Amino acid sequence: MIPELGHFALALAVAIGFAQAILPIWGAWRREQRLIAAAPAIAIGQFIALGTAWVCLTWSNVVDDFSVLTVAENGNSLTPLIYKITGTWGNHEGSILLWCLVISICGAAVAVFGGNLPSSLRARVIGVLGATAVGFQLFALLESDPFTRLWPPPEDGRDLNPLLQDPGLAIHPPMLYIGYVGFAVPFAFAIAALLEGRIDAAWGRWVRPWTLAAWCFLTCGIALGSWWAYYELGWGGFWFWDPVENASLMPWLTGTALLHSAIVVEKREALKTWTVLLAIGTFSLSLSGTFLVRSGILNSVHAFANDPARGLFILGLLGLVIGGSLLLFAARAPVLSTSGIFAPVSREGGLVLNNILLCSICAVVITGTMYPLFADLLLGEKLSVGPPFFNSTVFPLALPLFAAMAVGPMLSWKRANLGDAARRLWWVALAAVIVGCVAAYWARLLPTLAFAAAAWLILGATADIVERIKLFRQPLSASLQRLRGLPRGSFGTTLAHAGLGVTIAGIAGMSLASSAIVLLKPGETTHLDGYDWHLVDLHDAAGPNYSARVATIEISEGGVPVVTLAPERRSFPVQQVNTTEAKIHTNLVRDLYAVLGEERDGAAVLRLHVNPLAPWIWLGALVMALGGMISLADRRLRVGAPARRGAVLPAGTEPGLR
Amino acid sequence: MTRKRRRLIVLLACGLGLGSASGLSLWALSSDVAFFSSPSQLLHEPPGPGRTVRLGGLVVAGSVQRTSEDGKPAATFRVTDGAAAVTVTFVGILPDLFREGQGVVTLGSLAPDGSFRAEEVLAKHDETYMPKEVAEALKKSGHWNPDKGPPPPAATWNTMTVPTATAKVGG
Repeated sequence: MIPELGHFALALAVAIGFAQAILPIWGAWRREQRLIAAAPAIAIGQFIALGTAWVCLTWSNVVDDFSVLTVAENGNSLTPLIYKITGTWGNHEGSILLWCLVISICGAAVAVFGGNLPSSLRARVIGVLGATAVGFQLFALLESDPFTRLWPPPEDGRDLNPLLQDPGLAIHPPMLYIGYVGFAVPFAFAIAALLEGRIDAAWGRWVRPWTLAAWCFLTCGIALGSWWAYYELGWGGFWFWDPVENASLMPWLTGTALLHSAIVVEKREALKTWTVLLAIGTFSLSLSGTFLVRSGILNSVHAFANDPARGLFILGLLGLVIGGSLLLFAARAPVLSTSGIFAPVSREGGLVLNNILLCSICAVVITGTMYPLFADLLLGEKLSVGPPFFNSTVFPLALPLFAAMAVGPMLSWKRANLGDAARRLWWVALAAVIVGCVAAYWARLLPTLAFAAAAWLILGATADIVERIKLFRQPLSASLQRLRGLPRGSFGTTLAHAGLGVTIAGIAGMSLASSAIVLLKPGETTHLDGYDWHLVDLHDAAGPNYSARVATIEISEGGVPVVTLAPERRSFPVQQVNTTEAKIHTNLVRDLYAVLGEERDGAAVLRLHVNPLAPWIWLGALVMALGGMISLADRRLRVGAPARRGAVLPAGTEPGLR
Repeated sequence: MTRKRRRLIVLLACGLGLGSASGLSLWALSSDVAFFSSPSQLLHEPPGPGRTVRLGGLVVAGSVQRTSEDGKPAATFRVTDGAAAVTVTFVGILPDLFREGQGVVTLGSLAPDGSFRAEEVLAKHDETYMPKEVAEALKKSGHWNPDKGPPPPAATWNTMTVPTATAKVGG
C-alpha cells in the first residue's frame, strides 16, 4: 500500500510539475496576476508531493518491503537501520528521486524565502525550476520507477553494495546533490532574467546567496566524497581524477567563478551577460555531471550498471535543457545592457582574472574527462586520460590563480594601484618564499611551489583582515572596534581563501607521504618513516551482516606506543564481496594508515602509509564552506535588508563603499 | 584609457587563459594518455618501451601465482582475450574484486622480456560485470558476441587460450 501511495505521489508531482512549468511563466508573460500569485503555492505543492514519495520509499526500505524491486535489490533484513535509510539513495532509482526531491526543495525555498522578490520574477524563477524538474520527474516515473513491484517477493534482499555501507557515504550524496541541484536556482534566475530582459544590481544580490549556499554544499559534498575515497577505498589516495570526481569538480570551478562574478553584478552592474552565461554553464555542468556518469557513457569506477534506453532519455533531456537555455541566451543576451566600466587593474579586473583562470581550469578538466569519449567515437581509439594529464595541465593554470587570490581582495573597485597592494603584501610574499625554501629541502618542485602557495594564501587572507582593522597602526582597542564592525562577508572571504590554502598545504603534504607493502607474520615488526609497526595477531570477528578478519597492529615511535590500529577485511556473504576497512590514526599533522590485504601461509600482506598533513585537505574544504556560510549570514545578503539599513552603516565598513 | 582599449585588454587576457589551457591540454594529451590494448593487440603492435598502456582481458583461471619481490608481495597472472594471452606481473595488493576468470584492466608498460609490468590493477563490480573495453576486445577476437547472451563460463577460457597463445609467443 505504502509503495503505491509513493508511486501516486510521484505521478502527482509530475502533474504539478507541468503546472509549475507552464502556469507561472504564462502568467508572467500575459501579466495574469492570479497565475503569478499561484506560483509559490504550486512550488510548495510540488515539494509536498515529492516529499511524500520520498518518505514512502524510505519507509519501504526501513521495513524491508522486498516486494519493491529497488528494496529487494539493495536492502537486506540484516543491514543496520542507518544503511537501510541511506540505501534509499544508494542506487540509481533512489538517487534520481533524491535529485527530484532536492530540486522541489529549491522551488519551495524560493517560494517561501523569495517574498521580497518582484512577483513576476519570482513566478518566472519558480516556473523555470518546474520546467527543469518535470523532465527528470518524468524520467523517474517512466524509466527508473523506484516503486516497481516484484512478484513473488524474494525471501531476503540482495543487500546494499558494501562499499556504500559507511557513515561518510550516508551524508555524501545528499550534500553533493543539494550542491549540484542548488545551482538550479541561479540558473532559474538567469533564465528568468533573460525572459524579463532585465538585470540589475538587485538581481545580483538575489542570485548570490543561492549560489553561495549551493557552493557551500558542493564544497562539503566533494570533500566528503574525497574523504570517503581516502578511508574506504583503501587505496591511500584522496583524488583519482575519475570521471565521477571530475563531474563534481567542474560545476564547483564554474560555480566559484559565478560566486565572484555575481559580486561584480551586484556592486558595479558590470559583467551581466557573462554572469548569466556562467549561471547557465554551471547548472549545465551539474546536470551533465550527474547524468553522463550515471548513464554509463563515461567509463567510471563508480558508475551504476544500467541500460542504454535510460542513457538516451537522459541525453535527450540534457540536450533540451542545455541547448534550450543557450538558445535563449543567444537570442536575448544582447538585450542586457552593461553600464559599469572599470580599469584592468581594479577589484573588477581581479575578479575577471579569477573567472578566466577558473574557466580555463574547468576547460582542461572537461577536455580530459570527455576526450576518451570523443577519441572512441571519432578516431575509434580506446584510451584513458589519467592523473598525469590533469597534474600537468591543472597545476600551471592554478598557480597564477593562487598568486592573484591574495592580491585581488586588496584592490579597490573601479581603479586600483598595484603598488599599494604590494606594500601591504610584501611580508606575506617574504614568508611564502621562506616556506618555499624550507620545503625545497624535502620536496620536489611542485610540492615546494604548493607549500609556498599555501603560505601565500593563508597569510594573504590574514593580511587582508589585518589591513582592514589597521592592526599595529592604531591602539589595539580601536582595531578591535573595527574588527567588530567588519561585515561578515569579509570574514567569509578571508576564511574561504585561507581554507583553500589549508587544502593545498594538505595536498602538498600528501606528496611527501611514504608507504610500504609488507608481508608480516604475527609477532613480527617493520619500520616505516620512524615508526615501528608490530603485528600482534590476526583474528576473526563477526559484524551484523558480514564476517571480518582483523589484524591488530601496535605502532610505536622510538619505543613509545602511539596507537593500536585494527584494519579489517570484511566479507559480505549476500553480495559475495570483500571490502577492506583501512584504519587511520590522525593527530591532525599526520595520518598513520594501515590496510590488511590477503594472507599467505600465516603471514599477512599489509599496506602501511604515513601521510603528513593529510587531514588538512578536508579541514581546508570545511573552512572554505564555513567561510561561505559566514558570508551567507552577512547582512548585505539578507535580501531586502540593504535597502533599509544601507544608509545606517558607518562609512568604510562596507567594502563596496571604500 | 579608452573603453576600446580596456575591452582589448580583457579580451587579450581571455585569449591568454584559454590559449594556455588548450596548449597545455594538447601537450599533455600527446604524452600523458594511456591507450587501451587487448592481449593480441599488445603482441602484434607492441607499444614503445616505457609507454603506459591499459591492458584488459580476462584473468586465465588457474594462472594466478602469488610471489614476492624484494620482500614485497607480488602476483603474476595471465590475461587473455581468447586469441592471445600476456603474462602480467604486479607488485602490490590485488584489489578485492580481482578473481580468476573475470574481467580485469591493468595499467602499466611492456617489460623487455615481453611480460607486462602492471602498476595498477583495476577489477570492478560483480561477477556478471565485464569492463566495456574487455567486452569489445573479446568480441573482436571472435570469442564472444555480447549480443548473443552472457559470456562463456570462466573455466573454458583456459582451453581457448593456451594453444593459440604459445603459438603466438613462439612465432
